[in-house]
Amino acid sequence: MTGKAESEIVHFDNVGLRYDHDREVLSDLSFTLFGGTFYFLTGASGAGKTSLLRLLYLAQRPSRGVVRMFGKDAITMPRSGLPALRRRIGVVFQDFRLVPHLSAFDNVALPLRVAGFSERDIAGPVGDILEWVGLADRKTAFPAALSGGEQQRIAIARAVIARPDMLVADEPTGNVDPDMGLKLIRLFELLNRQGTTIVVATHDMQLLRKVPSALIMRLDKGRLSDPTGALRYPPRTPA
Amino acid sequence: MKARARKNAGIARGRRLFAGAEAKFVPQARLSGPMPWVIAIMVAMTAIALAAGLALGNTVTSATAEISGGVTVQVVEPREDVRQQEAARALDALKGESAIASMRLVPQEELDALVSPWLGGGVDVTAGIGVPVPALIDVRLKQAATPERIAAIRRALAPAAPSARVDAQAEWLKPVFDAIVSLQWLALVLVALLAMALSAAVLLAARSALGANRDTIEIVHLLGGTDAQIARVFQRSLGVDAAGGGLVGLLLAGIVIVVLGRRFAGLSAGLVSSGALVWSDWLLLVLVPLLATALAMITARLTVMHALRKML
Ligand SMILES: Nc1ncnc2c1ncn2[C@@H]1O[C@H](COP(=O)(O)OP(=O)(O)O)[C@@H](O)[C@H]1O
Ligand SMILES: [Mg+2]
Repeated sequence: MTGKAESEIVHFDNVGLRYDHDREVLSDLSFTLFGGTFYFLTGASGAGKTSLLRLLYLAQRPSRGVVRMFGKDAITMPRSGLPALRRRIGVVFQDFRLVPHLSAFDNVALPLRVAGFSERDIAGPVGDILEWVGLADRKTAFPAALSGGEQQRIAIARAVIARPDMLVADEPTGNVDPDMGLKLIRLFELLNRQGTTIVVATHDMQLLRKVPSALIMRLDKGRLSDPTGALRYPPRTPA
Repeated sequence: MKARARKNAGIARGRRLFAGAEAKFVPQARLSGPMPWVIAIMVAMTAIALAAGLALGNTVTSATAEISGGVTVQVVEPREDVRQQEAARALDALKGESAIASMRLVPQEELDALVSPWLGGGVDVTAGIGVPVPALIDVRLKQAATPERIAAIRRALAPAAPSARVDAQAEWLKPVFDAIVSLQWLALVLVALLAMALSAAVLLAARSALGANRDTIEIVHLLGGTDAQIARVFQRSLGVDAAGGGLVGLLLAGIVIVVLGRRFAGLSAGLVSSGALVWSDWLLLVLVPLLATALAMITARLTVMHALRKML
């Protein structure tokens, strides 16, 4: 691996999250994610995968603990500093969250437009990535006219278009057939080889085997666990 | 479906030229459905009420200037020969008054013309049958006809023309002025109420546009859009809609004001000079849609900022 692989991208120390007042959905999470590494986040439905990813893509502050992103303290950072961090993170939402009144093309172009790219610099890359996910001929279609699998591929294209430092994907293969699922995983691997840190939440155990080099984090009722010791668990979790 | 997509792409391209790439975040963050029309109607009504208030104000000002120095001297002696002597002596007596700018004895023909509508054209008022018409002296003072100045004129006239009655012209028009001033207040209150309703309409429109786009706002927010970026998009599209509605409203109001203005100009000629709007009044009217637009933009900005601040 490259030197970038050794750099710390995300650091959680004793993080807990509760939505309401009665119980913690995430508890005592302490781990470090490194640049250029491929991570799977597994766990049963309701274990807290989506909640953990929401902390990762800065949609939510934890109730307690320390979160460092790209070397910066994400807890004490003022709100005005967060957009710059978010632009370094690509997100595939579990429910896609495409903008309904934007075409497939405009949905994919959104991160580039937010980042202030000129229209001239947008058309090429967006066309390429649409080609890649096999939807070049659907670029004028609106989300409502796309199948679940097509929407998911548009969501993935949007997440990777701006070449983020970290890609966070919530069940990204949940709605596509196995062939497309494999193809998407290959895309993630390709990005990973170019230095992007990948975090994929999935409850699909088959998927884990598709990326032998990936590290695996397992959530059980909101806690990171490795009861059998058989998982390729993130190295260097602080004691 | 395909045709619609193509049409949408065309609209999007047009908008992009005008607003830059950012407008593409929320292309439908426009005031939905009837809102621009509501704004148009509110702006029209506000502008018309304002125009009415301004016109009434102009009427009062110009009429006041015209008649405030006016004093009417009536010589009410019934015997015609005595009346004419008294009138002549009164004119002489007033010549010494320094407060008077000008005066004239209203000629008999003018008096006849004034009186004949009331008595009927057939009556020969000069023949001395029936109604004696007082002699009228129209006096114009250098300054307003205050009670002190009226009293001074009475004192000057008393020895020369004992039957002379002296009245400030403003005095007998006072009830009319009072009515006009009340109307003017009514217009101002209406303007205030309509402006409040207009603000409420703009506020609701901004809120509903925002509600319809809450998901989009959150998505753009999570993709790294800054608060200012997102607010700008809404500000611009709501501003465009409010300006469109405001312009239509102002045109509507302009037509009404011009047409009504013509009618009133025909009606009031003679009694007092016109309450026609001057250019500074029109400037005030143009401010109505401008303020509505500014209000829409500020509301959009504050509402979006508020919604965003609740997100991380
Ligand atoms: N916005 C929320 N408010 C309250 N509870 C939530 C919310 N989101 C998730 N939860 C709860 O948190 C737990 C973990 O959910 P989630 O993170 O979605 O798990 P997973 O993605 O692994 O299925 C669940 O019990 C869920 O009901
Ligand atoms: Mg989930």
